Amino acid sequence: MSAMTATTAVHGAAAPAAHRGGKGAISIKNVTKIYDPGGVNVIAVDNCSLEIASGEICMIVGPSGCGKTTLLNAIAGFHSITTGTIHLDGELLCGPDKPKAEQGADRIVVFQNGALFPWKTILDNVAYGPIIQGRLSRAEARDKAAHMLAEAGLHDVGDKYPGEVSSGMARRAEIVRALINDPKVLLLDEPYRAMDALTKSIMHEALLEMYDRTKVTIFFITHDLEESIFLGDRVVVMTTRPAKVKQIVDVKIPRPRDYKILSSDEFRQLFEQAKGAVHEEAIKAFEAGERELA
Amino acid sequence: MAVASSSPSSGSSRFSLRGMFASPVFWRGIVAIAVALAFWELCSRSKQMFGFQVPWIGMVPPPTAVVTAWAGVVTELGYWQSWYLSINRVLAGFIAAQIVGIPFGLALAVNRYFRDIFFPPFEILRPIPPLAWVPASLIFWPTNEMSIAFVTFLGAFYTIVINVLGGARTINIQYLRAAQSMGATQWHLFWKIILPGTLPSIFTGAAVGMGITWEVVVAAEMISGGGTQAGGGLGFFIWNSYMGGSLEQIVVGMISIGIAGYLCSSAIRYLGFAAMPWRRLF
Repeated sequence: MSAMTATTAVHGAAAPAAHRGGKGAISIKNVTKIYDPGGVNVIAVDNCSLEIASGEICMIVGPSGCGKTTLLNAIAGFHSITTGTIHLDGELLCGPDKPKAEQGADRIVVFQNGALFPWKTILDNVAYGPIIQGRLSRAEARDKAAHMLAEAGLHDVGDKYPGEVSSGMARRAEIVRALINDPKVLLLDEPYRAMDALTKSIMHEALLEMYDRTKVTIFFITHDLEESIFLGDRVVVMTTRPAKVKQIVDVKIPRPRDYKILSSDEFRQLFEQAKGAVHEEAIKAFEAGERELA
Repeated sequence: MAVASSSPSSGSSRFSLRGMFASPVFWRGIVAIAVALAFWELCSRSKQMFGFQVPWIGMVPPPTAVVTAWAGVVTELGYWQSWYLSINRVLAGFIAAQIVGIPFGLALAVNRYFRDIFFPPFEILRPIPPLAWVPASLIFWPTNEMSIAFVTFLGAFYTIVINVLGGARTINIQYLRAAQSMGATQWHLFWKIILPGTLPSIFTGAAVGMGITWEVVVAAEMISGGGTQAGGGLGFFIWNSYMGGSLEQIVVGMISIGIAGYLCSSAIRYLGFAAMPWRRLF
């Protein structure tokens, strides 16, 4: 087999595929999250471990409602965890004595439905972080925001409100708004979910371009397997709820990648491999859902 | 350094007189009003012109007679004083309701303990119609003027609070999370996220509240009467015309209130437009 073939590791804290130096290594160890709505214990994440190298694009796929977002919320500091630890660059984010991580500009989330502030222009949205952190003056922040928007190919939208631009542009601007804070980790929760395939492909190229400039670690939740293989260094397939790592697919396709690789044998092979794992879990999730209804 | 260039689109939605005259919507409105007036005139004069009286509307004086009556009163100081008094009362009650209602609604929205303590009594008082307060407030407030202002205040207050509370509670939580993860403090969250996020609801509440304020002030003026210390107002103008048996003047008073109410809601619309350039309301 050539150097480009996929390797898989089943369960456990598999070693990350890429080490690019820099910052933003996430270490998830034995994390469990139990929700307790109305006294019924719902185990969302069960003893899940995952190591993500700094500068890695780690794609998380799994059935709907499996607990992917729970994991993201734990890293971002929106929700607490029940047991286990999460470290970022060796520093404890959350663990036994501190179930909920503090929210911080080193880990910024880009949400599924977009969360640009509708009452601010795109430029002011992007300039927002550095201003409230007191890192830059208003004028400096706006200058930097305009510069970064232009770099991302968004020259003309700075003065517009989010409601005036397409969802694709808004999502790109939102990623710029995250990156201006110079985060260690970008947490993306199905950011391109409702987009058509053509727009998606443009978004992917734009994201990879921004990634090449910043080499920020990316934790990317998606349902789209093609997307996950095209973008990712690794594709982490989660089990149905409670979530843990089912299988990790290493994607050793060299960067920069373009859309020609979608039709390559290697891509198809990886796709089949991931598809098999995801499909198994999807069926389990579906049957579990039926039982709950019955 | 590349700077995002300004686009013309951000200014295109601003109000302009020329744009208004060029708009088919404006002319459609003018035609609709003209047709309605012509219909009214014909119905009012149906007995003279066609030999039978159209029910209801046939008893109303025709627009031409109303305009004549109007021309009679516009030269009188008393008529304009009625305008002045009513608008004063509406604004006093309305502004007081905003000043008390917006912070109260926001406090209900952001603080659970505040909500637990103040929301139940608020909800018990809310269904009481403002006009039911008239006798009590006439007794408890030292002057009639204060009673009217208080009742007007109540008219707008509940609507404003409910709108602010609803608006602030339904802000997309992702805005709050995004702001927090970028380093916003609680203080900042309130002023820069919750307040602008609630602004559309504040203006909706203001528009609805303004309408209720006019309803209430007119009724309160009719009840409190004109001969006493708190005389006049457009409500009393109508009541007085009724006592004097002038049908035309009743209609003049009614239309005056319509115009006054319209001017007030236009002012709110304009303010809303200026305060929230990111969205068109109403």
